Amino acid sequence: MRDISKALKSFFRLLAGSARDLMPIVLVVVFFQVVVLQQPFPNLEKTIVGLVFVLLGLALFIQGLEMGLFPLGESMADAFARKGSLSALLAFGFCLGFGTTVAEPALIAVAGEAADIAGKGGVIADSGEAKESYAFQLRMTVALSVGLALVVGVFRILKGWPLHYLIIGGYMIVVALTFFAPDEIVGIAYDSGGVTTSTITVPLVTALGVGMASTIRGRNPMTDGFGLIALASLTPIIFVLIFGMVV
Amino acid sequence: MDAANQGLFDHTIATFIGTMADIAPIIAILFGFQFLVIRKRPPNPGKIAGGFVYVLTGLTLFLVGLEEALFPLGEAMAKQLTAPEFIYGVWGGYGGEFASHWYDYFWVYVFAAAIGFSTTVAEPALIAVALKAEKISGGSINAFGLRMAVAFGVAVGVALGSFRIVTGTPLPYYIIAGYVVVIVQTVRASKMIVPLAYDSGGVTTSTVTVPVVAALGLGLASTIPGRSPLIDGFGLIAFASLFPIMSVMAYAGAASWIRERRRKLGGENDVS
Repeated sequence: MRDISKALKSFFRLLAGSARDLMPIVLVVVFFQVVVLQQPFPNLEKTIVGLVFVLLGLALFIQGLEMGLFPLGESMADAFARKGSLSALLAFGFCLGFGTTVAEPALIAVAGEAADIAGKGGVIADSGEAKESYAFQLRMTVALSVGLALVVGVFRILKGWPLHYLIIGGYMIVVALTFFAPDEIVGIAYDSGGVTTSTITVPLVTALGVGMASTIRGRNPMTDGFGLIALASLTPIIFVLIFGMVV
Repeated sequence: MDAANQGLFDHTIATFIGTMADIAPIIAILFGFQFLVIRKRPPNPGKIAGGFVYVLTGLTLFLVGLEEALFPLGEAMAKQLTAPEFIYGVWGGYGGEFASHWYDYFWVYVFAAAIGFSTTVAEPALIAVALKAEKISGGSINAFGLRMAVAFGVAVGVALGSFRIVTGTPLPYYIIAGYVVVIVQTVRASKMIVPLAYDSGGVTTSTVTVPVVAALGLGLASTIPGRSPLIDGFGLIAFASLFPIMSVMAYAGAASWIRERRRKLGGENDVS
């Protein structure tokens, strides 16, 4: 009985936290609808039901994060570090990056739009088949680049390289490629860095990096543990720019 | 069950299946490596499985709620605020001429900043990273403060990105200038904050932010004469993932400056 009431209490605390996190959106939407656009709310009932769903969903997600995703990421990082097999760890990094990105809905949407642009711009034939293969190749390119980013990022944590050398070097490559890449691809390339990191991948990858840096002697979780997400958002820009130059 | 409830029910089931499909490859990879390579049971497997069920259910409800309540409203607002009728209405128009100055889009920038800020505060991936950072830093990084800093960066980024679409200036100029600022800040910032700042750029643009911000970009680019939604509609996400890097490093700098000042002031008080 005590356990149940304790669990309920902690869930209510989570709900209150989620309500606080959602408050700004509600305020912004109400302000613009009522004050700026001066329109009534369409479907008020539906909106309120939706908000209750969002509230419950966010609280459950954060509860699950602490129970499942974080501990698993950490225990796997720990087990890999103890096992001491570099190739297994790098393979895991690649699979995690590639596997989580290739089916990412945001990426599928962006790849489809990119194919439309390429079709209209005359880069590829303006047919369904050509567009489909273009979108598929683009998705594979991005997924490969995220896999590669995690391999490089995991290797960096093992070696203790400072992250900013890699990132600043990456920025220079992006700038140089921007001059040679066709104009139509530049916007898509820059955006593709942001869309690859999903809500489930981020906690898992963060726990992996931080877990590794905490286990390996001489590494600091703050300076060495973070950075995997940063690399995974940078490499797609580079690879999509190259993709635009090659295709 | 009436029609509306039936619709909601169907939507929830469809989203649940969609979320399952999204996390299936992740589960497969985790299981594969756990059983084939690590070959050791993780501590508390039951609790971890329960956690995954929570994550799956939570994400499903979250997405259904967003799609039922927030995305239609956000997208409708983005469309209305960028529609010629709205801009005429507010600014009186130019005898039927379409608004032609960048400042005619005042409410668009305000909306861009407000929606960028508020969607980022609700972003679950950012909450996760902020919780982790607070724990690891032993509390010297405050999770709430970090999220506010990131949200502020996204707000500035999306507003500036909207300005870019309105004026039609080339995207690379802004991004390259942003890179230069980031590099200068990196040299000056404390080594502790740099990796976290870089990471916060990537985590901000996720489930909540991307659909609303993309709708804003598309709306703007299709209303303003001379812009193509296919080409100029892109770029807002890039702004939203670059500016938090700057704001987080600035936040860390400001926080340590205030701490230092307080320590000094405290020291003086002790002397007197």
